[in-house]
Formats: sequence, C-alpha cells, structure tokens
Amino acid sequence: MSTTDTGGPPDTSDTIWERAHESTEFRELRSRLRRFVFPMTAVFLLWYLLYVLLADYAHSFMSTKVFGNINVGLIFGLLQFVSTFVITGLYVRYANRKLDPVAEKIREDIEGPAKEQA
Amino acid sequence: MTTLAASVEGSNPLLNIGIFALFVIITLVIVFRASRNTKTASDYYAAGRAFTGPQNGVAISGDYLSAASFLGIAGAIAINGYDGFLYSIGFLVAWLVALLLVAELLRNTGKFTMGDVLAFRMKQRPVRAAAATSTLAVSFFYLLAQMAGAGGLVALLLGVEGSGAQALVIAVVGIIMIAYVLIGGMKGTTWVQIIKAALLIFGALAMTLWVLAKYGFNFSSLLQAAVDKAGKAGETLLGPGKQYGATGTSKLDFLSLGIALVLGTAGLPHVLMRFYTVPTARDARRSVVWAIVLIGVFYLFTLVLGYGAGALVGPDVIKKAPGGVNSAAPLLALELGGPVLLGLISAVAFATILAVVAGLTITASASFAHDVYANVVKRGKTSPDSEVKVARITALVIGALAIGGGILANGQNVAFLVALAFAVAASANLPTILYSLFWKRFNTQGALWSIYGGLAITVVLIVFSPAVSGKSTSMFKSADFAWFPLSNPGIVSIPAAFILGWLGTVLSKEHDEKKYAEMEVRSLTGAGAEKAVVH
Repeated sequence: MSTTDTGGPPDTSDTIWERAHESTEFRELRSRLRRFVFPMTAVFLLWYLLYVLLADYAHSFMSTKVFGNINVGLIFGLLQFVSTFVITGLYVRYANRKLDPVAEKIREDIEGPAKEQA
Repeated sequence: MTTLAASVEGSNPLLNIGIFALFVIITLVIVFRASRNTKTASDYYAAGRAFTGPQNGVAISGDYLSAASFLGIAGAIAINGYDGFLYSIGFLVAWLVALLLVAELLRNTGKFTMGDVLAFRMKQRPVRAAAATSTLAVSFFYLLAQMAGAGGLVALLLGVEGSGAQALVIAVVGIIMIAYVLIGGMKGTTWVQIIKAALLIFGALAMTLWVLAKYGFNFSSLLQAAVDKAGKAGETLLGPGKQYGATGTSKLDFLSLGIALVLGTAGLPHVLMRFYTVPTARDARRSVVWAIVLIGVFYLFTLVLGYGAGALVGPDVIKKAPGGVNSAAPLLALELGGPVLLGLISAVAFATILAVVAGLTITASASFAHDVYANVVKRGKTSPDSEVKVARITALVIGALAIGGGILANGQNVAFLVALAFAVAASANLPTILYSLFWKRFNTQGALWSIYGGLAITVVLIVFSPAVSGKSTSMFKSADFAWFPLSNPGIVSIPAAFILGWLGTVLSKEHDEKKYAEMEVRSLTGAGAEKAVVH
C-alpha cells in the first residue's frame, strides 16, 4: 500500500470499503461498540456530575464523618477512582472478547485483496 | 510570584543544580541514541509507531502529569484541603472519554495529527487549517503557562534571584527542550517522557510511604494532624467548599471548571498525538489503560502528600515560603529527607517542565508542518523530507516564542492559561472529533463552525472574565473590562460549540457518503491503518 504523504490515507478501491460497510459483520461490530461505549459514557459522566454537584452544593453532607476523619466526600472521591478503574477493566475485557475478533476478521477481508492488487 | 526570587530555606542550590545536570546529561545521551533511527516523517512525528502500549502509557502519564498536577495539586490540598483533591478527580475521570470514544478510532484513522482525522471526509484545506489553528492555540496557551511557571519554579529551587538571571534560566530550559525535539524527534521526546514519569511516580511513591509511615499508615491520623496544624479553621480542610464555596458565582465557576477538565483531556492535541506512536489500535487501548492506572495512583499519592505537607510543614509556612502554594511538595521533601531529597524532588519538578514543554512543541510543529505547510500551502504536493524540515524549523520558532513568552510572562499570574487550554480543547476540539467519528451527516461547514466557534467563544469569554481583569487575582489588576462572571467558560462554550457543529452541518448540503463509509470501516477495524516502521 502506498504511504506517500498526500495528507489523505493511501488509496484503495472505494467499493471495498462500501462493501465492508454494508456487511452484516461490520454492522454487528458497530452496534457492539456503540452498545457498550455510549451507555457507559453516559453512566460515568452522570456519576462524575453527581459528585461535582454534591461537592459544590452539598458541603455539610459531604463533610459528614463516617469513621475517624474519613468523611462522605472523601469516600465519594475515592469511589470515582474505583469506578474509573472498574470501567476501564470492563471495557478492556469487552473489547478483547467482543470487538477485536470481529474487527480482525473484517480487516483481513479488506487488506487481503488490497495487498494482492498492490 | 515575585516572591519566588528567594530560594527555599535550607535548600542547597549547588546540589540541586548537580542533580538537574545529571538528568539533562542522561536524557540527552538517550535522545542522541534515539535520533540515529529518526529518518522518515513517521519517525519524526510518530517515533516510527514502534513504542509498545505500556511504554506509551508511561509516556502519556509523563506528558499529562505537569508541574501543575504535581506541585499545584499537592499545594492546593495543603492549603485548601478537599477542594484541591477535586481537581485530580476531573483530570482522572477524563481519561475514560479518551479510552471509550477517542483513542483507538483516532489511531486507526489518522497518521500524525488531529487534522488527519477531522479532514478525512471533509474538504481538506479549510478543515486542516482550522484543526491546526486550534492545535496551535491550545499548545501555545499550555506552553506559555508551563514556561512562565518554569522560570519562577526553577529559580525558587535553584535559588536564582533577579529577573535577568531568571530569564537566563528560562532560556536554558527552552534551549534544552528544543535540543530534545530537534535531535530526538518523537522517539527522543517519548523517552524523555518515560524517564520523567518514572522519576516522578517513584519520587511521589517514596514520599507518600514516608509520610504515611510517620502516622502509622493511618490516613485518618494524618488528616487529624493536618487539621491540628492548621489552627482554628483546620476542620474545613476535610470537606469541600474552602476554595470554591464562597458565593453562588464561585460555585458555578467550579462546576464549569469540572466540566472543562473532564471533556478537555481527550481534546488535548499533545495527548492525541501520542496515540500515533504505537503500532495498532489495540496498543493505543493498552496505553490508555496504563496511563489511567499510573495517573490514578499518582493522584492518590498527591492526596497524601498534600495533607502531609499541611500536617508536617503547615499551611502558614507554605503560604509564606517563596513560591507559595507551589512550594508545598518541595518543603515536605526538605522536612522529610533534608537537602538531598529536596534536590531530587526539585530535579523531578524540573524534568517535568522540560518533558511537558517538549511534548507540546513537537505537537505544535507537527500540526504546522503536516496540516498547514504540506496540505494547505502545498496542497499535498510535497516530499516527507521537506515536511520534516519544516517541522524542525517550526519547532525552533515555537521554542523561541516559548522562551520569549516565558520571560515576558515571568511573574505574571498566568494560571488561567491552563484552564484556557483545557476549555479550548473541550470546546473546539472534542465536539468536532466526536461528530467526525460518530455522526454520519457531519460535514465541512459543521466542522468549521464548531472549531472556530468553540475557539472564539472560549477566548472572548476568558478575555472578558475576572481571570484577566478586575480582581486582585487577575492578570491586569488595575483595569476592569470583565463582564463575564466566570473564570472558566466551559459551561457556556462547550454546549455552544456542540450546537454550532450541529447547526453548521444541517445548514449545508455537503455530504460524502462514500468517504464516511470508508472512514467508519477504517476507524473501527484498523484496515489500511499506518503500520509500524521496521528499522
């Protein structure tokens, strides 16, 4: 495949992309990706927004001590760390199992013939 | 900031300079070695796409953990308690946007810059010009903030007094940074990031364990000590509101900042460019995972360090020290390990500034050479060699501008520049990237409206905000032309840019169905993506 710096990507026949785009495999891949990332993004953004709003407008609630000097605000803050790590782990597992194999198959279908042409 | 002239009491400037010099020599040797394989455009811009996911993840955390996050957040926690901690959470959660929505798709679709992705299915020249404009704007704001801080900070740690000597220090920082970028390209810069990140994280870990050991590994007793040390108002350190809770406007300002932090990261051009240095989208994903873990753990360290500085040094001593808030971590190092630990931590802070500035410079130079020179001016008819030559010259110019700007801004209150960089990234870049990757109908006019609209609205609102004029904390204290009440414009500018992108799109009939099909297949599967260079 050509890698001259024309700014755009290397040229490959249009029909290959369009055929791949219409294939059931690709539709499945796209819906699997979107089914995971869109709701998950909504979840973590709302969860973060809830935290920011509480820290911003509910000072006395956040300052309530739970044990020792550890208060609700600190626990909420640390839970943001936990949720970030958990969502990262969930996504990696999902991508490895549900996205990568399908993406790899479609990629091989496209790049196989493309290499023969070049 | 003028009080920075005097050095921290008890520090040994010669020892500090010695440790700095050692860092610079070691990194320069590595950069020289890396430069031997830097030949093609792909080598210069993307390190031949040969870094592994974990290596790139460490480098990303090196790029991201600036002096502001190390010294600034630790200091903010020491003085303002919980409110300082709030920053770090926004900075961390933001990485989920990059992981879920941006990193892999960007790696699959583009070559070197953000403009590659945005212009993929649009009219090349106008969209690339717009992408380069916002990339250069964000890089320049961020760069200026780092350089202005660098003068004061290095002067503080080295004990350099007088504005002439500080200007010299800034110039030296700038020249070393230019050397990294010109000699080593992306590969050399990446190694500097990796070394710096390792030093920073291990340094913070050592200090964190040291502080915790002093309180029997009981975080609650550490908090109690911080409360006791702070005197009457000590209890307020534990809950939110000390810094931002004063009025309705300040609360709204914090909400606006929180939104810009979480949405800005995935639009920072120097972060985006790092995704091109790995061979596949899978490695881009692994790099973000490594970055999230390292950055998350680091922010937990700063929580301990901040309260530790509050407990062991005390907010009053920190506020009175040269450098104010920024001196919390260095003073804590001095308290714990004497001049040697202070020297090490100072060297880490110095390395941090150098590495972040180098990362910004290579990004800005790549965007100018690849988007503006090769594709807008030469319309794609140029050789990779001449493109890299232009990139190197641009890096030199940007370096000179950064030195000049840093000297001029030394002593100015330019803290708002970092907030501005994040706000522009979240307003001008992120909406356009997301529309481009996920919205079929999106077109050239929509891209231009969201980039230029987001950029213009953000800059105008900042210029007429209390960050620039009208308050004792403003850049211009004597003038007052502020009419926008918030220092952080994100809450207005981000939705506005999303709306503009949508409006611009629906008001234009242009639409390239074929290119969209190609882009979507490429972005999701990695078919036809740029491969690693084998040397």
